Amino acid sequence: MTESYPLRTFIGHAVLILGILIVAFPIYYTFVASTHSLQTILRPPLPLLPGDRFVENYSEALFGGVGRIGGVSVGTLLFNTTVMALGIALGKICISILSAYAIVFFRFPLRMTFFWLIFITLMLPVEVRILPTYKVMVDFGLIDTYAGLIIPIIASATATLLFRQFFLTIPGELVEAARVDGAGPFRFFKDILLPLSKTNIAALFVILFIYGWTQYLWPLLVTNRNDMNTIVIALRKMISFADADTEWHLVMVTCMLAIVPPILVVVLMQRWFVRGLVDTEK
Amino acid sequence: MATVDLKDVKKIYAGGVEAVKGVSIAIPDKALCVLVGPSGCGKSTLLRMIAGLESISAGTVSIDGKVVNAIGPTERDIAMVFQNYALYPHMKVYDNMAYGLRNRGTPKDEIDKRVRETAKTLELSALLDRRPRELSGGQRQRVAMGRAIVRNPKVFLFDEPLSNLDAKLRGQMRVEIKNLQRALGVTSVYVTHDQLEAMTLADQLVVMNAGLVEQIGDPLDIYEKPASTFVASFIGAPPMNLLALTRGGAGRMPAGSPEEMAAVGHGSAAGSTALASAAPMLTDGSVVPFAPQAAATLGFRPEDADVTHGAEAPGGALAIPAAVEAVEPVGAESFLYCAAAGTRIIVRVHGRATARPGDQLRVVVRAEKLHWFDQAGKRVG
Ligand SMILES: Nc1ncnc2c1ncn2[C@@H]1O[C@H](COP(=O)(O)OP(=O)(O)OP(=O)(O)O)[C@@H](O)[C@H]1O
Ligand SMILES: [Mg+2]
Repeated sequence: MTESYPLRTFIGHAVLILGILIVAFPIYYTFVASTHSLQTILRPPLPLLPGDRFVENYSEALFGGVGRIGGVSVGTLLFNTTVMALGIALGKICISILSAYAIVFFRFPLRMTFFWLIFITLMLPVEVRILPTYKVMVDFGLIDTYAGLIIPIIASATATLLFRQFFLTIPGELVEAARVDGAGPFRFFKDILLPLSKTNIAALFVILFIYGWTQYLWPLLVTNRNDMNTIVIALRKMISFADADTEWHLVMVTCMLAIVPPILVVVLMQRWFVRGLVDTEK
Repeated sequence: MATVDLKDVKKIYAGGVEAVKGVSIAIPDKALCVLVGPSGCGKSTLLRMIAGLESISAGTVSIDGKVVNAIGPTERDIAMVFQNYALYPHMKVYDNMAYGLRNRGTPKDEIDKRVRETAKTLELSALLDRRPRELSGGQRQRVAMGRAIVRNPKVFLFDEPLSNLDAKLRGQMRVEIKNLQRALGVTSVYVTHDQLEAMTLADQLVVMNAGLVEQIGDPLDIYEKPASTFVASFIGAPPMNLLALTRGGAGRMPAGSPEEMAAVGHGSAAGSTALASAAPMLTDGSVVPFAPQAAATLGFRPEDADVTHGAEAPGGALAIPAAVEAVEPVGAESFLYCAAAGTRIIVRVHGRATARPGDQLRVVVRAEKLHWFDQAGKRVG
C-alpha cells in the first residue's frame, strides 16, 4: 500500500476524518461548555468556541469543591477513582495470573473442577450476586472504604482464562528446561512466566483499569459518604432534575477530568498494549 | 564422571499406554550412549525418565551407583538439550547459560568465568548479549549445548538435538558434539531416529523397537551382526535386503536352464535331482544352499552384493536372478533397484553402473556375507 492512489488516499482520509469528527465532537462540545459560565450554558444556544472561564471553572472544581456533592472537590473524586481502578486492575491481574498458574502448571485433585467453577463465575456478574455481596460488606464494616469498593470485584474469570490460554502456549520443553536448571515453582514463576507475560499483563491492565474506572453500580451501593464517591457516581449526583439547580459548568469540567486518566493510561501503555494484542514474545 | 544404570525400567502412561516395556542398559562412565529407533518406540520417554521429568512405573534408574527414582531433575545433576532447544526467550544468551548456575547459588564471579569459558569453546563469545530470537538455528543449538555444558553435570541428555538443522550443519554439529563429549568426558545419552547419527556418534548403540531393546553394542558390531530383522533393516542405509525363505513345498526344481541352475549356487555340477525337497527356497522357487536349519529369512547388505550378467556363478556364492527396475547413480557409487524373488532388493556398485533398467542379471552374494534369521526374526548363527 505504498503506491500513491490519490483518489483512494483521499477517500480513506475522508472516511477516517469523518469518523473522528463524529466521535470527537461531543467531547469537544463538553470541553467548550466547561469553559463557560453557568449563565452562558443555561442561555442557549451554547457558543461553539471555548469561553474565557477555563482557569476559574477548573480550579473551582479541582480545589474548591462542588456544592451539590457536599463541597467535595473533584480532586478527591479523582483520587478515589484512581485508587479503585488501580486496585481492581492490579488485584484482578495478581489473582488471575496466580490461579491460571496453578491450573496450568500443577496437578492437584479437583483441578478441572476448580477450573470449571472459575469458568462458571463468568456467568455470574456482580449484578446477580449484588444483595448477598452487599450484606457481606455491611457485616465486615466495609461500606465507604476502599476495600469495600475493590474486593468484591477483584476476582476475574475472564483474566484467568486469558492467562490460562497464554500459559498453555508456553512449550512444555521450556518448563522442563527450567526444572532441569533447578528452578522451583516460585523461581519459574518469577524468572520465566512473569517476564514472558508482561505484554499480556500490560494489555490486560489497560482494559481492566478502564473497566474499574467506569464502574457504576457497585460504587453507587457501597459508598454513601460524598468524600468516598467515585467520579462517575459524583457526576450522577451533581445533576439535579431541575436545570437551574445543576452547576452545569462544573459537571462539564468533571466530565472532562473523568476521561483524562483513562486516556493517559492508554497513551502511556500504548506501546505495550498494542504489542500484547498483536504478538507474543516466544 | 558417572555411570548410568537402567534396570528393567518400565513406563506406563496414565492413559494406559505402555511406552517402555522393561529396558535394561548399563552405560559405562564417559561413554556416549545413543538410543535409536523408529518414531514412537519410547526413546524420549526413556530419556525423560533418566532426566527425572517422567515418573518411573517400574524398575530402577541409577546414576553413579545411586538409585535416583525418587529424586527430581535438579538433584540428579543432569543437563538436557531439547529438540527445540527450549531457550528462555526473554533472556540474553549469557543469562540463558547462567540461569542454572544462579539457581544453584554459584558465586557471581565463578558464573561469569564459566559462562565466558564455555562461550569461547562454542564460539558464542560475540553473541552473549543477544536474545534467542536474534540467533540462527545453529547458534541457538550451540546456546542450548552451552547451557548444558556450563553446569558441568554428571550426565548429558540429548533429545534429537540436531533434527531442526539442515543436513550440512547437522553433519558439522555431529562431529562437534562428539569431540566435545570426548573432551569433557561426561557420560551422555543421545536420542535420535537418524541411524547415520547413531552410527557415527555412539560408543554404545541401543536399538529400540516398540518399547523394548532390540540390541545393545558397538555400532559396527551391530552393523555387522544385527540381532534381528528389525535391527538389520533399521541400521544401515539403504537397509539390508531381506528375502523370505519357504521350505517343504513342491518347489519348482531347477530343470536345467542355466540361469536357474546357477541360482542354486554350486554351479551346474550339483545334480538337480539331488536337491532335497525340504531345502529352503526363495519365493520364486529357487533353492538356497548354505541355509541353516532354522533360517526363515535371508539377508545381505547392498554393498555385499554384486551383479553379473554371465551365466557362470562363482563358487561359494548365492546367485539370485533379478530384473533391474531402476538405477540411481550418486557419484561414487550407484544403487540398482532390482525385482527378485517377489520383492525388491538393492545392490550397491562402485562408480558408474553398467546395468540398465530392464536388464536381466543375477545378484551374487558370497556365502559368508549372508545373514540368517529365524521365524521370529532373531539372528541364526
Ligand atoms: N504424555 C504421554 N501420555 C501418554 N502417552 C504418551 C505420552 N508421551 C508419549 N506417549 C506415548 O508413548 C510412546 C513413546 O513415546 P516417545 O515420545 O517416547 O517416542 P519416541 O521414541 O521419542 O518417538 P519420536 O522419535 O517420534 O520422538 C508413544 O506411543 C506415545 O504415543
Ligand atoms: Mg522423541
